[in-house]
Amino acid sequence: MFIVIAMMFSGIAFGYLMRRYRFTHISKATIFFIWVLLFVLGVEVGGNPNIIRSLHTLGVEAIFIAGMSILGSAIAAMLLWKSVKKHEEKERKNER
Amino acid sequence: MKGSLIIIGFFILGIICGVTDLIPAEALEGNVSLYALCALMFCVGVSIGNDPDSISSFKQLPRRLTLLPIATILGTWAALVIVNLLLDFRTTQQCYAVGSGFGYYSLSSIFITKYMGVELGTLALLTNVARELLTLLAAPFLVKFFGPLSLISAGGATTMDTVLPSVIRYSGKQYAILSIYQGFVVDFSVPFMVTFFCTI
Repeated sequence: MFIVIAMMFSGIAFGYLMRRYRFTHISKATIFFIWVLLFVLGVEVGGNPNIIRSLHTLGVEAIFIAGMSILGSAIAAMLLWKSVKKHEEKERKNER
Repeated sequence: MKGSLIIIGFFILGIICGVTDLIPAEALEGNVSLYALCALMFCVGVSIGNDPDSISSFKQLPRRLTLLPIATILGTWAALVIVNLLLDFRTTQQCYAVGSGFGYYSLSSIFITKYMGVELGTLALLTNVARELLTLLAAPFLVKFFGPLSLISAGGATTMDTVLPSVIRYSGKQYAILSIYQGFVVDFSVPFMVTFFCTI
């Protein structure tokens, strides 16, 4: 965990020090490593017979829990977004 | 959308390789994904550090947005009340332990397997993988219907790595650091929340 965070900070430092050069292909590299990660995850899931056997029952349940969680978090974020907007408008009025 | 489908395509390709034993899971034992994750986070760091705009535009965001991780956690927990009501064969404790992985599948599935057994551990893995994949798929719709923060919230712990490019694309570049911050906070909270719900 800590090594992963350390990698990010060393990336920030490296990117900042080299800011005279624009790394235009960095987003392509990012996507590539996401592909690798998801592929490896797939191999691990696919290579585990326990998971594959229970996929048709647990899979449906998993999609339901995940979908509901996403919806709940999205609504909470929307409420926060609205409260931030309201607060900003109030401040703008006060400034006038 | 196309980008997300390609990512999910790689996941499915991986499953096919795993099922057919084309690539045995032992060959990848832990290290490959750690190296890939390290490389990914390095790239994420470089793109942030290399772009002075990303930090200055983050500073212009309202202070209140630092509450986003709390909104994420409370929103998911509220939804789990409904999940718990509808899945009456699962206990409240099981629902909350599985749901509190926030997309951090590797850690939450290991913890839950240890405390609650293989079945629940597998469910935790699938649920949290599904959270990541569904977030990627739904990214443009989430932003359209629930605003730019909703995508960051939906991604849970994954918004500092795999979901970050989608956040930059659909919510906007100014949300990149907020997205990393939210992923960071949720990531660190997952082990505490999962252990809490497993042991009460």
